[in-house]
Amino acid sequence: MTQTIGVPTETFPGEKRVATVPDAVTKLAKLGFRVIVQAGAGANASIGDDAYTAAGATVVPDAAAVWSGADIIFKVRAPSRDEVQLMRAGQVLVSFIWPAQNPELMQELAERKATVLAMDSVPRISRAQKLDALSSMANIAGYRAVIEAAHHFGRFFTGQITAAGKVPPAKVFVIGAGVAGLAAIGTAAGLGAIVRANDTRPEVADQIQSLGGEYVGVDYQEEGTGTGGYAKVMSEGFQKAQRETFAKQAKEVDIIITTALIPGKPAPKLITTEMVQSMKPGSVIVDLAAEQGGNCELTEPGQVVVRHGVTIIGYTDLPSRLATQSSTLYATNLFRLSEELCKEKDGAFHVNMDDEVIRGTTVIKDGTITWPPPAPKLSAAPPRPAAKAAPVAAAEKKGHGHGAGEAMEPGRLVVMFAVAAVLFFLIGAYAPPAFLGHFTVFVLACFVGYMVVWNVTPALHTPLMSVTNAISSIIIIGALVQIAPYGEGPRPAVILWLAVIGIALTAINMFGGFAVTQRMLSMFRK
Amino acid sequence: MSSTMVSISYLAAIILFILSLGGLSNPESSRRGNLYGMIGMAIAVLASIAGRVAPGGLAWVVVALVIGGSVGLYLARTVKMTQMPELVAFMHSLVGLVAMLVGYASYIDPVALTGMSPAEVKIHEMEIYLGVLIGAVTLSGSVIAFGKLSGRISGKPVLLPGRHWLNLLGLLIVIYFGYAFLQAHPGRDGMLPLVVMSVIALAFGVHMVMAIGGADMPVVVSMLNSYSGWAAAATGFMLSNDLLIVTGALVGSSGAILSYIMCRAMNRKFLAVIAGGFGGETKAPAAGGAAQPAGEVVSVTAQETAELLREAKSVVIVPGYGMAVAQAQHTVFEITKKLRDMGKTVRFAIHPVAGRMPGHMNVLLAEAKVPYDIVLEMDEINEDFPDTDVAMVIGANDIVNPSAQDDPASPIAGMPVLEVWKAHTSIVMKRSMASGYAGVDNPLFYKENNRMLFGDAKKMLDEVLAALKA
Repeated sequence: MTQTIGVPTETFPGEKRVATVPDAVTKLAKLGFRVIVQAGAGANASIGDDAYTAAGATVVPDAAAVWSGADIIFKVRAPSRDEVQLMRAGQVLVSFIWPAQNPELMQELAERKATVLAMDSVPRISRAQKLDALSSMANIAGYRAVIEAAHHFGRFFTGQITAAGKVPPAKVFVIGAGVAGLAAIGTAAGLGAIVRANDTRPEVADQIQSLGGEYVGVDYQEEGTGTGGYAKVMSEGFQKAQRETFAKQAKEVDIIITTALIPGKPAPKLITTEMVQSMKPGSVIVDLAAEQGGNCELTEPGQVVVRHGVTIIGYTDLPSRLATQSSTLYATNLFRLSEELCKEKDGAFHVNMDDEVIRGTTVIKDGTITWPPPAPKLSAAPPRPAAKAAPVAAAEKKGHGHGAGEAMEPGRLVVMFAVAAVLFFLIGAYAPPAFLGHFTVFVLACFVGYMVVWNVTPALHTPLMSVTNAISSIIIIGALVQIAPYGEGPRPAVILWLAVIGIALTAINMFGGFAVTQRMLSMFRK
Repeated sequence: MSSTMVSISYLAAIILFILSLGGLSNPESSRRGNLYGMIGMAIAVLASIAGRVAPGGLAWVVVALVIGGSVGLYLARTVKMTQMPELVAFMHSLVGLVAMLVGYASYIDPVALTGMSPAEVKIHEMEIYLGVLIGAVTLSGSVIAFGKLSGRISGKPVLLPGRHWLNLLGLLIVIYFGYAFLQAHPGRDGMLPLVVMSVIALAFGVHMVMAIGGADMPVVVSMLNSYSGWAAAATGFMLSNDLLIVTGALVGSSGAILSYIMCRAMNRKFLAVIAGGFGGETKAPAAGGAAQPAGEVVSVTAQETAELLREAKSVVIVPGYGMAVAQAQHTVFEITKKLRDMGKTVRFAIHPVAGRMPGHMNVLLAEAKVPYDIVLEMDEINEDFPDTDVAMVIGANDIVNPSAQDDPASPIAGMPVLEVWKAHTSIVMKRSMASGYAGVDNPLFYKENNRMLFGDAKKMLDEVLAALKA
């Protein structure tokens, strides 16, 4: 049974994206699907109809043909009321739905007896990353936010010293280091700006730094890590400390990019009117949370406004403004979802509600609303480093390979000296003088060995072992002095034999040891 | 040759030996160091022959030297670099054996005691007893270590019930017979205690090394290295020979320091390693612990690995024993060369206990002609992982296990590890999902930025290389 995937043109005003691209069409065909695309669907994303045809899709003239001819509909935006009317029982719709915000739409879809998979409801677990369209769109939004800011900002991002004078680098402050925030940090740093960033989850500090940003912490002890990689609502005390931090940054920076969202809640108001007033004229704020009300008090969703000399960008369609890129990534996300739904590659969707990813994504199954899903098991929760483990590791690190100078704990030192004193006393009291001479030599040699060996580089530990091994064949002298001493009486013949065997065995060691050391050392080269 | 000439030659040999070890502080001076060692040895042997061997014994000496020397040179020529640990263990066993032989010979020698006071005789006998004891433990321990390293004996720890009591019992018997030995009339009467002690010491050596798991072999090899030195030193006391004492002490302390470094690299107490059984007893609680990692393992193909490498700017390769087993070091070098030609930074990160003996990985990489200035120690490179695009782990497991830092309940908690998971992407090459020698599951495999490349290291790396060249 080959099912047909239909891709209509997006009808939402200003929406330029399209739900599939020619590359994805080819891949979907390999899974066994037939793909039909409405004529002109990709025009706004610079993808012509012939490109779809070349990839194996059938181009149909209008939306009605797509909706009636397809078993599965791929869309970007949630369907409009008119589009819902075109749906028929048993049809599968894959698109962004936002079920929490659109209960009426959910009702209507359920009435059509359709099955709906919401790309915004993909569970945030490791396995589902490849189909996480929110992340791929957020990535684009973060990039585009910086580009929009640059467009409205009257100066360079990077500092320059030119013949016409010195240009200071722009300072960018990013609030929220999720996918969008990190993309913004990377992009702004790439343009040469000085980037600072804040997030309520302290563990992202490393990620911020890895992209060239500087982590600005809030001086207040509270962890903001919620489930599924999102942040949670913070306490009153924290919020106060946070406002102080932001107010200070607002005075210093040229551009603020806010990306703070908490799932299922209106966006937190982080940038107050006073903060905007305190910013330098010509500064820019890009509010990526505009659709959820905005992180800035003065944001007007969908608009660019100038307030107190500061440009506040509240676009809600940033991914759409980079239509080709977002269409490509979104199409790939949809393809990955299709893979999950069509494991047998037989060209048909199997909505397996036992699969954690598919269960979470499916918001309506055959007309029954299945949203919200049961809480997903967190499979890849970041292991929390135990407070104890870190200092242990740090302590272990210090001075590896250079222990000769390491100080011992005083207690152990005293014990060791006491033991040594007793030993020395016993030896001094009972040992004959001849032994003492040898013992002196022995102890001093141990110290020399200790000092010398600590200086050996770890890379040469194997040669060290083989050369000490070769040197320890000095024991041959023991055999040599026994084999035939001068001027002594008759001795048992067995001594001679023991000595000869001893010499032969040590010779193996001696020659072999030095030779193999030489062989190894000659291999070490720059 | 007069006895003063012999003594002064010995002094020269001592100085040369110290210089020899000192030369190993860096690869540049190391070749000269080895040369010093050879010269020192030649001087010591020639002086002994000239001064202490009557003309009648010369022929014997020459014959023995030629036979032993040729065997030694043959071994040195033919040994594969991956088999170095075995060779070293084998050679340690020889030193132990010779220490025993010399001890026995010295005991039967009727003239050895000439002109000694009774106290000196007792000391001499004690030295013989100790020399034979250390020699025997070194001998049997090294033979077992050789067997384990060469795969002739299973690397799994073999644990007898009540093994600590067995060892204690052995020790008590050894002490008792030592007393009997000293009380016996000098000469042949003490032979029985000496033989019994030798047997117990041999059994102790076997027992000790059998109980130690494969991952602890670096400690064992360096410990036996140390023992062979102490055996030589004991022989030196026995024969009143300062050259032997000094050399034995040098070797002994060198081995002891190596053991200490290895133990610290695994965050384990020396006694705990010697007591043995790592990876056997500790396994059960680890499996039942709360820190069982969960998540998805993402596997990649050789092509995708090549793709990741091609896109990376900075690559760190972490080799482990698996690379040695698969003999993959030459392919690793080819890949390194290819990547360096493409303008990428490629470095190697060596954990102190990677492989089966100290410095094992360095020797293998040197054999494959990897320049030593891109081969870095753990402490030198650990801070660089966050700036690394791809960290490629070849046949290593426990040394890159994050639970050593994160999970205080882990059997390897606190062991310093290479922080490959901080790299943007890590690729682990393994034959299967089996855990390492420590028997601990590795949460690294389940990290989001980790990829697994399953298969034989050599074969997979060949494919990666082919894909890179394509």
